[in-house]
Amino acid sequence: MFGLNNDSCAIDIPDTYHTQGEYTKGIARWCPGCGDHSVLHAVQRLCAEKQLAPEKTVFVSGIGCSSRFPHYMNTYGFHGLHGRAFPVAEGVKFRRPDLDVFVVTGDGDCCSIGAGHWLHAIRYNMNLTVLLFDNAIYGMTKKQTSPTSPMGTISNTHPEGSVLPPVNPIQTTLGVSNVSFVAQTVDWVPSHLYATIKAAYEHQGFSFVKISMRCPKFMAEFSKKKVSERDSVQLLMHENGIQPDDATERMFTHHQPHDPTDINAARALAEDVEKTYLGLFYQNKNALRYDLYGAHNLGYSTEQKMAAIEKKLEAFAV
Amino acid sequence: MVYEIPMAEECLKFVPDPKKGKNMWVLGMLSYIYSRDLKTAEDQIASIFKKKSQAVIDSNLQLLNAGHEWAAENLDFQFEIPAMPTGKELVVMNGNEAFAFGTLAAGIEVCSMYPITPATSVSHMLAETFEKAGGLVHQAEDEIAAIGFAIGSSYSGKTALTVTSGPGLALKTEFIGLAIMAEVPLLIIDVQRGGPSTGMPTKIEQGDLLAVLYGAAGDAPKIVMAPSTIEECFQFVIVARQIAEAFRTPVFLLSDSNLATGVQPFERPKLKAEWMSAPIDQSPWNEDTKPYQWDEETGLSKRPIPGMKGGEYTLTGLTHTASGQVSYLPEVNQRSTAMRSRKIAAFSRTLKPPKVHGDEEGDLLLIGWGSTRGAIEEATDRARELGGKVSSVHLRFLSPLEPGLKDIFKRFKKVMTVEINYSDDVNAPLITEENRRYSQLAWILRARTLVDIDCFSNVHGQPLKPRNILERIKLELGN
Repeated sequence: MFGLNNDSCAIDIPDTYHTQGEYTKGIARWCPGCGDHSVLHAVQRLCAEKQLAPEKTVFVSGIGCSSRFPHYMNTYGFHGLHGRAFPVAEGVKFRRPDLDVFVVTGDGDCCSIGAGHWLHAIRYNMNLTVLLFDNAIYGMTKKQTSPTSPMGTISNTHPEGSVLPPVNPIQTTLGVSNVSFVAQTVDWVPSHLYATIKAAYEHQGFSFVKISMRCPKFMAEFSKKKVSERDSVQLLMHENGIQPDDATERMFTHHQPHDPTDINAARALAEDVEKTYLGLFYQNKNALRYDLYGAHNLGYSTEQKMAAIEKKLEAFAV
Repeated sequence: MVYEIPMAEECLKFVPDPKKGKNMWVLGMLSYIYSRDLKTAEDQIASIFKKKSQAVIDSNLQLLNAGHEWAAENLDFQFEIPAMPTGKELVVMNGNEAFAFGTLAAGIEVCSMYPITPATSVSHMLAETFEKAGGLVHQAEDEIAAIGFAIGSSYSGKTALTVTSGPGLALKTEFIGLAIMAEVPLLIIDVQRGGPSTGMPTKIEQGDLLAVLYGAAGDAPKIVMAPSTIEECFQFVIVARQIAEAFRTPVFLLSDSNLATGVQPFERPKLKAEWMSAPIDQSPWNEDTKPYQWDEETGLSKRPIPGMKGGEYTLTGLTHTASGQVSYLPEVNQRSTAMRSRKIAAFSRTLKPPKVHGDEEGDLLLIGWGSTRGAIEEATDRARELGGKVSSVHLRFLSPLEPGLKDIFKRFKKVMTVEINYSDDVNAPLITEENRRYSQLAWILRARTLVDIDCFSNVHGQPLKPRNILERIKLELGN
C-alpha cells in the first residue's frame, strides 16, 4: 500500500483502502435537483471516511423514491416492501452485530404505511442508522398528499389542498419511550448534512435523522421556499451536539443553545413548528439496546446446543 | 348397562359450585375404574396449583379422593390395562412442542412471531429452551413485522422461523411474496384454525390450504408440507430447513389445532449433528458468480450472504435479472418467473409416490392430509374388516404434489378426499355439478389429475371421527 512496507512503518497501514468511488454503483435515477443525490453523496463519503467494509455494510429500504438508495451503494442492500424496512433491518441486525446496518426510508414509507413499525423500532433501540428522507410528498406515485405535507398542499388526492395538519416526525420520535438519538438536517447544506449523518452513525443505538428534502418535480415552490427562508432556521448549538462548520454558521445566523440530554427542552423545540431547528435534538447514550440482547447468546457449538435440547427432552421422556 | 353418577351432589359436599370441582372428582373416579395410582394425580395437583393457596390444593385433593372413594363403593367393575410393552425410549408431547424441538434440532436460532391461537405455544417452548441452546424468540409488534424480521434474519445468515395461524397468514402475504421473489429461505408454520376472519381460534379446520398455495399476488409457487403425526411435526422442521436452503425459498408447514394440542408418544429422537444448520458462510464470494445465477435445468442458484466479500448485491422485490439488477424487460420477467417455477419442478422430482394404506386397487380410495390420518386409516381398516374394498392415501406434500397420484387413482372406482374444510353438499339447494364448491384438496387434485374426485368434508370445528367416516364409506359402497 502506497509503496510502504507494513513492517517498517510506524503508523498503522490498513490492508485494504476503500476510496469513495468504491461505494458507488450505477447511476442514480432520481430527478435532477432531487435532494436524494446529496444524501447519497454524503453517505458514500461517510463510508469512505469510516472505511466501512462493503461486505459488512447493509442498506435496508422500503418503497418510494428514497428507497431506491441501496441500488446505488456498492454494499449489501435490501430493497423490500413499502413501510417494512424497519422489521427487516432489525432482523438483519439481531444476530449479526458485526454488520453496519442503515435504514433509508421516506415520509410515506416511515410515517404512513410503516408508522407502526417506526414506533416500535424507536423503542427497540437497535444500533441502526436511520435516514428519513422527508420531501413532504409522494413522488414515486406522482404527487399525492404525504402525512408530512403541510396543510393546504395541492396534490392529486387533494386538488383543493390537503385538509389535515401534518405528522411531526421529530415530535413523534421524541415521544416514544427508549428514544436515543434524534437529529434534523437538510439536504441542501452538505456540510451540516454530513456532520449529522456522521454523528448518527457514531451513536450506538437507533439514530433517527430527519432530512428535509427538496422535491423540485412535485413540490417546487415549497422546496424553493424552504431553501430561501434562512431566517426561520435555528441552528442547535451545544458542545455535545452537532458542530456546524463556519460556513453553516454564517448561512444561518440564528443560533439556539440546546443541551441534547434535555428531553423536555427537545420536545418543546420539536413542537415549535414556526421554526426549523437543525442539529441534535436529543441523545441518550445509555438507552437499553435490543440488539445487544439479540447477540447475547451467539456462537454456541453444536455440542452445546444438542446438550440443551437433550436436557429439555428429558422433561418429555416417559 | 347405564350407571347414573350423582356427580353434582357428590361435589356439592365439598364445593359450593359443582362446575368448579367436577373435573377432579371425575379424575378420581376414573383413576379407580382404570386402577391408576392416585399418587401421580396428587403430585400433579400440588405442582399445578403451587402458585395458588394451600386451600385450593386441599380442595382439589379432597375432590380427587372423594371421586375415587365413591367409585370404590358404588361401582361393581374395575379394569386393569397394562402399559404397552416397549423396548424403546419414548417421549410424549403435543404437536407445537414437537415443532419447537424440531426447530431446535434443526439449529434454527430465531423464531419471530406475534401471539396468535393456536400457534403461539411453539414459541413458549422455544423461549424456555433457546437461552441455553443459542437462539431467541422475537415477539414482534405485529404479524407483518414478525415475518419481515424473520426474512431479515434469514437474509443475513441463518434460516429463521415464523409461526402463525389464519389471520396472521393473511397479514404475512406480501412478505411471503417477497421471500419467493427474492429467494430467501424461510420456515413458516401455519397452525390452522377455523376461518374465515377470526373464525374459531381454538377449533380445528384445514381451511388454509388454498390460501397458502395461492394467497399471493402474481406467480408465487410454494413448497407446502403437512405433518400427519406429532412425530412428523418434529421431523418435518428439520427436513423443511434443508429444503428451504437448498431451494432458496420459503417452506410452509401446515398443522392444525388437533396436532397442536393433541398428545402422542413417539420414539425419543436421537439428535444428529448434521441436522443442525452450518455456521454462517463468510468465505469470499466468487465474483464471477451472479447473485441469481439460475441453473437452467433446476432453477437453483447460490446465495451471497452479507459478510461474503465480493458478493455485494441489492436484494429487491422488483423483477430482476440474474445479476440482481431491476429490469422490466419482457424476457427478464418471463425467465425469472420460469426459474422460480423450475425450482418447484426440480423439487418435485425428489419426491416418491405416496404409500397406499390397504390394497393397491379397489372400489373406493380416501385421500387425506394433515392430522386426520389416524381417523381415516382407522375407518379404512374397519371398512376392510367388513369386506369393503377401501384403501386410503395420506399426502405429506401438498405443493408440489407427490408423483404418481393419477396412476393410483385410476385403480379405484371412486376417489374421495376426506377433509376438515368446507364443501357444498351435493343435495343442498341450488347446488349443481357445475357450481358445487369442493373441499380444498379436492379442488387441487381434480385440477391436477382430471379425475372426477369427490369430497367428504365439514366445518364442525371438531376432529373427524372414524365412525363418521365409516358411515360415509358404507354409503359410498352402497350398503
